[in-house]
Formats: sequence, structure tokens, C-alpha cells
Amino acid sequence: MANRKLTSILKFSLLSSMLAFTGGAFADPVKAAFVYIGPTGDHGWTYAHDQGANMVQDQLGDGVVITRIESVAENSDSERVITSLARKNDIIFTTSFGYMNPTVKVAARYPDVKFEHATGYMRPTDNISTYSARFYEGRHVIGKIAGRMTNSNIIGYIASFPIPEVIRGINAAFLAAKSVNPDIQIKIVWVYTWFDPGKEADAARALIAQGADIIMQHTDSTAPMTVAEDEGVLAFGQASDMTAWGPNAHLTSIIDEWGPYYVARVKAVADGTWTSTDTFDGVAEGMVEFAPFTNMPDEVMWEAQDTILDLDAGAVHPFTGPINKQDGSPWLAEGETPPMFPDIITMDFYVEGIDSKYPN
Amino acid sequence: MIRLIPRTQPSKAMIFLSPLLALTLTAVTAFFIFAFILTDIEVSSVFYTLFVEPLIDTYYISELLVKAAPLIMIALGLSIGFRAGVWNIGAEGQYVIGGITGGAVGLYFYNVEGFWLIPLMSLAAILGGMFYAGIAAFLKTKYQVNEILVTLMLTYVAVLFLSAMLQGPMRNPSGFNFPESRPFHDSALLPIIWQGTRLNIGLIIAVILSFVTWFGIKRHLSGLQIKITGSAPRAAKFAGFDDKKTIWFALLISGGVAGLAGLFEVIGPAGQITPGLPQFYGFTAIIVAFLSRLHPIAIIFSSLLIALTYIGGENVQIYFNLPSSITNIFQGMLLFYFLACDVLIQYKIVFFKTIRQKL
Amino acid sequence: MNEGLIIAIIIGISIASVPLIFAAIGELLVERSGVLNLGVEGMMIVGALAGFVIEFHTGSSFLAVLAALLAGMAIASIFAFLTQILLTNQVATGLALTLFGLGIAAFIGRGYSEENIQLISAIHIPLLSDFPIVGPLLFSYNPLVYLAFFMVFLVWWFLFKTKQGLTLRAIGDNHDAAHAIGHNVIRYRVLAILFGGAMAGIGGAFLSLVQVPIWGEDMTAGRGWIAIGLVVFSSWQPFKVILGALIFGGITILQLHAQGFDVRISAQYLSMLPYLATIVILVSLRMRDKNKTNRTMPNCLGRIFHSTS
Repeated sequence: MANRKLTSILKFSLLSSMLAFTGGAFADPVKAAFVYIGPTGDHGWTYAHDQGANMVQDQLGDGVVITRIESVAENSDSERVITSLARKNDIIFTTSFGYMNPTVKVAARYPDVKFEHATGYMRPTDNISTYSARFYEGRHVIGKIAGRMTNSNIIGYIASFPIPEVIRGINAAFLAAKSVNPDIQIKIVWVYTWFDPGKEADAARALIAQGADIIMQHTDSTAPMTVAEDEGVLAFGQASDMTAWGPNAHLTSIIDEWGPYYVARVKAVADGTWTSTDTFDGVAEGMVEFAPFTNMPDEVMWEAQDTILDLDAGAVHPFTGPINKQDGSPWLAEGETPPMFPDIITMDFYVEGIDSKYPN
Repeated sequence: MIRLIPRTQPSKAMIFLSPLLALTLTAVTAFFIFAFILTDIEVSSVFYTLFVEPLIDTYYISELLVKAAPLIMIALGLSIGFRAGVWNIGAEGQYVIGGITGGAVGLYFYNVEGFWLIPLMSLAAILGGMFYAGIAAFLKTKYQVNEILVTLMLTYVAVLFLSAMLQGPMRNPSGFNFPESRPFHDSALLPIIWQGTRLNIGLIIAVILSFVTWFGIKRHLSGLQIKITGSAPRAAKFAGFDDKKTIWFALLISGGVAGLAGLFEVIGPAGQITPGLPQFYGFTAIIVAFLSRLHPIAIIFSSLLIALTYIGGENVQIYFNLPSSITNIFQGMLLFYFLACDVLIQYKIVFFKTIRQKL
Repeated sequence: MNEGLIIAIIIGISIASVPLIFAAIGELLVERSGVLNLGVEGMMIVGALAGFVIEFHTGSSFLAVLAALLAGMAIASIFAFLTQILLTNQVATGLALTLFGLGIAAFIGRGYSEENIQLISAIHIPLLSDFPIVGPLLFSYNPLVYLAFFMVFLVWWFLFKTKQGLTLRAIGDNHDAAHAIGHNVIRYRVLAILFGGAMAGIGGAFLSLVQVPIWGEDMTAGRGWIAIGLVVFSSWQPFKVILGALIFGGITILQLHAQGFDVRISAQYLSMLPYLATIVILVSLRMRDKNKTNRTMPNCLGRIFHSTS
């Protein structure tokens, strides 16, 4: 250990003298690793993270060596994968909630390696950061569009698993839609998978048959978009731009823009300025973005743009009272916005007006 | 064309040579695949990562053993059933249920410590797995409903049930409403037998079970019964053995062991109950059982081999930025070769030409 | 409920059931010959990829389906060679085939998850398809839907109305006896396995060409396993495959609709229904005809055949 420290000190002094001559390029690239839950070709969650990794590669060039490992199950295997990576990397991004405890365990054993865990909340050692995005702000924007664009006043929502992030999305979309269209109804179908194109398509067809003319998805495949295109209804993409799968159906997609964050964090490791942080960025910080608005009249698009500007400026909050919970009990008073913790982070209830039974 | 001539008795030499031949053939095929498809990668280092590093690096050795333990246990139980002609292909479901019932006991006594805790949890896990496999036994003996269908369908039900449990009663009260249980305390976790690694006492239990099964099959009457029923159902009936009892016995044993393996995953490497509990062990164990020709001691080695393909394959992805599909292709290929070479133990291969010459 | 919704539900059920019917009817013939191939999932995914890739490059649905059929046969031929010529264990070989198929399809298909294609459109017969209710219910499906039902009929006809079918069943029940009276056991089984591969391939292609016009790794998502379950459900009777697939696909679709209509049951438990219903219905069928002999499982299922003569 002491030996390694010594060599790294020697390396560092050697490096700095070299830097003095060459004028600043990194001689020793940062080794960054990304652990993915799905295949990079899912066009959803993992795809978006992989785009972020690509941005790191593009911007830092020779200054970074990137390792990616896909389809890592959220079980005890992930601890081994993260350990393997920790032996050879400087910073590791574990991009799914289920990697939380494995990340924490490995981080305790590799204090010199930096860990970045997406969507989690545990930072027991000072070499772990957590990060996530306020996707519900994106849902707020598409909820408004949906409220304006529907003729049947029924939104069909394809949901994956009942975790706080998905619940937040449903509530935010519903409230926003209701704010512009008081007659709005939301039909929710849980498919209990993040990626099963067949099942997602079946769910989309069922929702459309029940009168939904706008499909929202919180699953990862492009299947719901293709079904919307086929059935002649409208739909929103998820995690990446899905225009290509529904040229006539696509309204916009909520895009997970992880790239700038990843670039900043890898740079921080290179500079030696990395510290343990908790990031929960949204539209204002550019972590939640939108694909081009298509298939909607200009007024709707302007309203959406205005909403984005308001979010940018921090002038609106998707959860602004008065809001009651589904059972009628009060949640937020007039003008009140909820605290991040526990209300938003742990959200486990529907708001008033959603008819579906909460899945528990 | 080729022709297989049965040997009068299994070739001792081939028992050892056929795995080596299979490895060689896999290596040669993999060499061509890597050399032609992945042009910018040095093939020898891919091989080192796949076959050598997991066997010489102490960390990966420990992980090999961690990964092999549940496979040994489940495959043992299944091999007993397969000998009896009972097709439990839903060990995955029994494994999940065992994890739930055993884990539930641990969560109930969350604030209690005691030497009795793990044995009690184990009992609950075994009973849970037995109950779940018992449904198939009941339907098979009472209504002649085929156990393949019942165990397979119940696997999907078990996974959904796990989701419902983690969404409801088993959810960690301080876990921000994510579907995970509380992490277990030390007294509910399996003791580590190799400090600094995740290797726990589960491996020792798995190995002991292998030997117990071996002796059991050799000596015990029910072992005999199972042997007879499996190879010829009618013969067994004539010999006075009860078909129904055999079905119950085979399913309860395989279900109980799978349930225990599920708990050992939960209070072993995982340390908590998560939606990631089902991980195809129940299906992989079927491959293990047949690779070992249902022999309890051979199961240990087959499990290690399969574990090697997981860990080697994983590291190839990490070191060479290859897609995860490479692991599946490689596993499939290795299995094909192992199964094919296995034929040499029981048969001699003769080419048609030679036969004609002999005639 | 209105007519439109009921028709939509029925069409949804057909879309969910047809891949299962294809894969299961192929596996049924395979099992009738005495071979248990657990590689259905692997053959389906290869078919799904082949269909998608050829549709993408040629735009011809006919070629796409043909490619899926051939791809399914190609990968099934590995299984046939290993189990019939080299006498490997069928259960393990089938599972290895599933792993291999999932891997090879994901590897070759990497670039194609970026692409999209046109769905194969449903047929439209002038007059007949336009007829109210009956039109959409009977004459407006995708051609592959009709093919699926026809294949079930064909397999039934082959098994029970032809001499070769009789031979195939005899082989499945007692390969030694069949061999002794001069039947070529291996040839029958190899051909059955290839047929099973072809059907699984088309079933997979139905997913990527009709259900959703995209390609994704693991997009079969366990349907091959359900197909194997349905063969058991059918008690190896071809027409009961349709029954099983419709029950399974039907309840899958109905539980999605039930969620949309907000039935007050948690979605997890609703999602269990297709699996539980398959078991419960089989049990009740058995209870009804308890007196009949139900032992229809081919005697030699999964057994290795080696001719000593």
C-alpha cells in the first residue's frame, strides 16, 4: 500500500513536470466504468446512459478510458462485477437502483475508487455520490401536452414497477393534464417489466381499445410508440428520442441527458476535485430534456415551451398545492410544494382524481 | 457418415479425456470466432481471461465457489427427481419461495439474535420450497396433471409473488419505498468461511449434501426405488414400489433443497431480499444435473464449470468491451461440446468406411 | 362494453396467442416423435431476428417469414445433430440451445435495434372484411394468423390421418419396436425437430413483424417456455394447443384490460392469472374426464434411441 502511494507520488511529480513542458494534456487517462441494467440497444434507460458515456469519450478523448458492461442483473452478481471494475478503474457509475447495496459494499472496500450510484440514496462512505433526475418535471410538460391533445380525455399509461420514480411520473403527468383539461382521466396498466416489447405492445393496444388516444410509457422499448403509430393515436417517447418509430404518433420524448453530468464527474476525478455529492437535477440543469415537438398545433407547442421556461426559471413546481391524496386526505395546502424528502423521494400514493387502485 | 458403437463398459479414460476434448474444441471454435469477428482483440488474452484468470486469482476463486454453491444444491435435488423420471423444471420458483419464507422468518425476528435463528430460517425455507413443489406432486398424483406444466407456470407466479411481497409486507420501512427488504443483521447472515471474500458456509453444506446424496443413492432403499422407477415405470410397479410415493419424495426433496438454496442466496451474497433474487439458477441447475449424468459428486465439478463460464464471460465483457451476448454464445457452445464429447464415454465412434472394410 | 372494444380485445388476444400456437404446435410434433426440445425460446428469438433483418433489407414479408422459418430450422439442426446423431441428453442440449440462440441473436442483431420496419398488414377482402362485426372478427387478420390455425389442422391431419403420422406416433411411444419393424427412427425425429424449429422461427417472427415492428434482445421474453407448457397442457392433442394458447393469451390480454378498467385487485395478482388459469383449467379438465385414460404423453419422450443392430 505504502509502496503504491510512493509510486503514485513519484508518478505525480513526474507528471507535473511533464505537464509543465507539454502545456496541459492529461498523460494518465482517467479510467471510468459504466454498469448497465439492460442492453445498450434498448433505446430506453440503458441507451440514454450509454449516450452519456459516449459524450464523455467524445469530450475527453485520450483523457479517459471507458469500460461498459451491459445486462448486469440486480442481484449478487452485480457486487462481483462492481468489484472487478473497482480493481481497474478510477470511477464507476452504477446506473440502476438495484445496484445500491452492492455499490455501498464495494465502495467500503475500495476507498480510493469513486462510485456514482444512479437513483439511490445511500452514501455511507465519502467515495460514493448519488445522482438522479427530476423526471417528473418532464412528465409535467408532457402531461400538459396530453391534456390539450386528447379528444377522448383518456390518457393510457404503461407503467413498469411501482417504485417512487414511476409513481411520481404518473402523479405529475396526471396533475399537469388535469390543470389544462379538468375532464382528463388516466388509465394505468402495470406490466411488471422494463423491457418486453410484446407485452408493452399488448398493453398499448389494450389502453387504446379502452379509449385512450394518448399513450405515455414508463418502460424502455419503442414498442408502445410503434403501436400508437399503427393504431393512429399519439404517444410520448421515453428516455431517448423515439420519433423514428412513430413519425405520425410522436409528440415528444422525455430525454434523459446524463452526458454533461458524466463529463463533469470524470473531469472532477482527473482534476482531483471530486467529492461525494447528491445530485437531483431537472429541466433547469439540463438533465431532463425533450425531443423535438411534433404532430401538435403551435399553441400547444408554445404552451409546452413556456412550461419548460418556467421550470428552467424555477417558477413552477409540478407538485403545487392544493393537492389531496387519492383517498381524499390532504397532502399539500394551497400554494404549498412538497419537501424533497420524504414526500418526493419516497412517494407511494396516487393523487386524488386517479381512479386506479394503487398497486400494493 | 459416422456411427456409434456402444462400449461394453463406460470408458474410464474418456471420463477424464472427454471434458478436455470438449474444452479444446471450444477453444478452437472460440479462437476462430474471436479471430474473425473481433479483429482488433488479441485472442490469447481473451483466453487467459476466460479460462485461466478465474482459476488463479484468489478473488475469482472465491467467487467461483460462491456462484457454484446454489447450483450444486439445486442440481442435487433435481438429479434425484430426474432419476425417478419426475420433471421438476420449476426449481427456480421453489428457490424464490424458499427465499421468501426463510427470509420472512428472519425479518420477523429482525431484532432478535440467536444461534437458533439461521436453523429456523432454513427450516422455513425448506418447508416453503417443499410446499411449492408439493403443489405439483399433489396435482400429479391426484389428477395426473403433468409436473412440467405446473412447476414451470408456478415459477412465474413465484416471481410475481416476490414482487407483491417486496411491494407490501416485506418492504424495508426505511428504504424510501423501494421494493427491497431490510438488509439482514449479522446473526441472520451465513458465516463467512474465507475472510475477505463472500464465500460462506453454504458451500460446505452443498458439498456435504452431495456426499450424503451419493451414499443415499448407493445404500438406501429409497435410492433403489428411485433408480428403478426412473428407468422403467412399469418394472417399479411390479417390484412393489409405490409410484405416488416416489413422485412425492422426488418433488419434496428437490423443492426443499431449492428453497434452502434460495434462502442461502438471500442471507449469503445478497444479504437482503430483492427483486433480483430469481437469477435462472433453477434452469441452469438442470444443465448442471445432466452435464454430471445425475451423479452427485460430478455435480460439484459441473457447477464449478458453469460458474467459470459466468465469471470468465463477465470478465471478457469487462476487459474487452464485448457485448453480454458473447457469454451466452460461449456458454451454449461449451455445453454443446461437453454434451457431444460425453458420448465417447459410452460409445466408440466409427466411420462408415472402416465398418465396410471390416465387413 | 361496446362492439368495438370486444373486437379489439379479440384481435389483441389473437396477436398474443399466435406466437404461442406456432411454437407449441411445432414442439408438439417434436414431442410426439419422442423428443423433448427445451430450446424453443432460442429458436424463437433467432426466428424473430431473421424475420426482422430480412424484412428490413428486402421489404418483402414473404421472404422475411421464409427466412425466419429457415433460421429456426438451421438452429434446430444443431439440436438434431447432437441429440440424434451424437445421442446427447435432450434436456441439457435444449437448454444449451436456448442460451446459444439468445446469445447469437443478440450478437448478430446489435445494429438492428436502431431500425424500424413496416408492420405486416392485415388482409382486407373486399365485401367480406367490410361486413359489420363478422368482417373484423373473421376476415381481417394478418395472414400469419390464419397460417397458425392451418398449421394446427395440418399437424392434426398428419398425426392422425396419414401413415407417416401413425409411424411418428409409434416411434414416440416405443422407438425400439418401431425400429424393429423397419422404421427409420432417426430420420423421423430429425425431420420432426426441423419442423419444430421452423414453427418456432415463424412464431418468433410473428413477434418482430406483426406484434411490434422492432427488434430487441430477449424480445421473446419467455414465450418459448410458455409454449412448452402449452404442449403439456394440450396433453399432446393438436387442437388443445389452440385452446391453451387462447386461454393463456386471452387472460394475459384481459388482465391488462382489467387494469385499465380498474378492477380492484392489485396488478401483481392479476398478472399471475394466465399462469394459474392454465393449471386450474387443466386440473378441471382432468377432473371432468377422470374415468378416461389420460396417459397421452409419448412413452419415449426424452429418451435416447440407439439402434444396436
